Amino acid sequence: MNFPKQLIAILALLPGLALASSGGHPLDKAPERSSVSSLQNGAKLFVNHCLNCHAAASMRYNRLKDLGLTEDQIKANLLFSQEKVGEMMTTALRPADAKAWFGVVPPDLSVIARAKAGPGGTGGDYLYTYLRTFYKDDTRPTGWNNLVVPNVAMPHIMWQQQGVRTVKMVEEKDPHDASKTVHKMAGWDQVTKGTQTQQQFDEDTADLVAYLEWMAEPAAATRKKLGVWVLFLMSTFALFAWLLSKSYWKEVK
Amino acid sequence: MAAFKETKLPANAPIAEKGLAWVDDRFPLTKLWNDQWGKYYAPKNFNFWYIFGSLAMLILVLQIVTGIFLTMHYKPDANLAFGSVEYIMREVPWGWLVRYMHSTGASAFFIVIYLHMTRALLYGSYKKPRELLWLFGFAIFLCLMAEAFFGYLLPWGQMSYWGAQVIVNLFGAIPFIGPDLSLWIRGDYVVSDATLNRFFAFHVIAIPLVLLGLVAAHLIALHEVGSNNPDGIEIKENLGADGHPVDGIPSHPYYSVHDIFGVSVFLVIFSTVVFFAPEMGGYFLEYNNFIPADSLKTPAHIAPTWYFTPFYSVLRATTADFMYVLMGAIALYVVFIWLKSRLSFMVKSAIAVVALLAIIGMLPAVLDAKFWGVVLFGASVMIMAALPWLDHSPVKSIRYRPDWHTYVLWVFGFVFVTLGYLGTQLPTALFTLISQVCTLLYFSFFLLMPWWSAMGTFKPVPKRVTFHPH
Repeated sequence: MNFPKQLIAILALLPGLALASSGGHPLDKAPERSSVSSLQNGAKLFVNHCLNCHAAASMRYNRLKDLGLTEDQIKANLLFSQEKVGEMMTTALRPADAKAWFGVVPPDLSVIARAKAGPGGTGGDYLYTYLRTFYKDDTRPTGWNNLVVPNVAMPHIMWQQQGVRTVKMVEEKDPHDASKTVHKMAGWDQVTKGTQTQQQFDEDTADLVAYLEWMAEPAAATRKKLGVWVLFLMSTFALFAWLLSKSYWKEVK
Repeated sequence: MAAFKETKLPANAPIAEKGLAWVDDRFPLTKLWNDQWGKYYAPKNFNFWYIFGSLAMLILVLQIVTGIFLTMHYKPDANLAFGSVEYIMREVPWGWLVRYMHSTGASAFFIVIYLHMTRALLYGSYKKPRELLWLFGFAIFLCLMAEAFFGYLLPWGQMSYWGAQVIVNLFGAIPFIGPDLSLWIRGDYVVSDATLNRFFAFHVIAIPLVLLGLVAAHLIALHEVGSNNPDGIEIKENLGADGHPVDGIPSHPYYSVHDIFGVSVFLVIFSTVVFFAPEMGGYFLEYNNFIPADSLKTPAHIAPTWYFTPFYSVLRATTADFMYVLMGAIALYVVFIWLKSRLSFMVKSAIAVVALLAIIGMLPAVLDAKFWGVVLFGASVMIMAALPWLDHSPVKSIRYRPDWHTYVLWVFGFVFVTLGYLGTQLPTALFTLISQVCTLLYFSFFLLMPWWSAMGTFKPVPKRVTFHPH
């Protein structure tokens, strides 16, 4: 691709980007999840549902040992084909196919929970809201749309669990411009029942999001645990450094 | 040059003493230590503001050491760079710690340097005879900015990529050579692998080499002229019977122990960030930078890291409408210089000619606002170098200047922080207006300094420094 073409491509993408980045739907707070069983459930959901299209190419399967799993458990429950337990979480979906089917290559999810943080909430809040606000929209190629990322390329993966929902929209006056109206979400319509209640679905999504947050920085727990000791050590050092300094400065008149 | 003479020590002298004598006969090790620190007499009234030089040295060492270890695992390749950073974060033992120390260290460096410069502003530390000391320090600041800019591309995230794209494109605003110049800097039509490789070279070797040389020059200049102090008194003018300043104390052990304490407090704060908030709410590590660089997806909001945002705000404030305000301000300033300054007729004429050319250049048909934005952006940094010659105050320290000078400094500090904050935000009509007002205030602070700094009633400067034994 030469330069002018690339420029045109960038310009052509801009309106779509503006839309993509301004879903404007307020983010729900992702529930706190720290138990190992929640994270294990999240890992299971991740490997079963996300990893088919998305990769997590910075993440090794056997790092899941940090979540209390043994290598044998990982092999038995989370590896479905010829992957080795020491391999990275890659996907069989080829980028060219993804491009043809979805229009985009699904982003790598290794650090997605860190990437999606912003003024509206943490990356976890973003993902928790995003994964729970899919709705049926026949104008979209996949048949699905989303409140957080309008016109998203990704279909609702967990629709069987959540069931099919549509969203009630009302037109409201734009507070900034009286001549325009804006879509506003007014509520959900459950079209078909899912295999889970909304509460169960929210619980599972919270686990999945907690896993994504853990995966974005597996060292985070070690970091905080070690940090307490480092601060203790440094404060002690500071105390002695202060006493040392004081004893020398006594003689300065 | 005296002939070589071996120091004779008694046969039973300690081995360390013999070794040191052997070295000292061949290299001025003891002399160097004594001149630069051991017997370097510093004013005894240093306060809180005097820790930041030592802290800057500490961070420099920290950045170099952590940088060396990062270089062992980082891949300066557009296809591998982003992944290699995550590899460091996950697979390299203690890699996450080294990386967070380095990324936090970058921001800490700027915090410390900004405070170090604030100290100079408070106590007039750039004034005669410390002009060169200030200039070396200023050059260090420029190197630091370059170092941070080049280094920020290396993680190869979206913000790395588009930040570099925006800044390199600024050079494109220079008339005639601009587009070719930015092409030459990038080595490609867009920021690409070629750019990443050369930025890596600049970040890990070229700039650090210059930086180290300048730090050495800064220290040699400091220990030559001697440190200023919160009272702005030259302690060397009041020597005791022993030939040392009566208000001075040897740096070692007094400031050694002081600095060790300062370092320990700094380390508590630094560790708190490294271990508990390495992203610092998106200011030290920007969220968007966890998305790999994509030349086809421009982020909706590109903001440089916080330490560049005051100057970036000046750039953004320079809109086409603002040009008329600038033209008026320049015309007023020239009239002011003609009426009020004691400069020679030749210098005044030269200033008038330059100003006239600038005003013509600011006409919409001549050079566009983007070019002038870049000029002001550069000027907002470079103008600091002129401080020693802009400050006409008869005293150095703020303690003995008129009280209202303190308020001027407060306003300047507020303007600088406001510009910094606005630079991190999406521009709105109101924000642009505020940043334009702040830009005018920012430049007024410096350009009107020759007058305001000499105005008011100055207090008598005492003969001896203010010191309360503790």
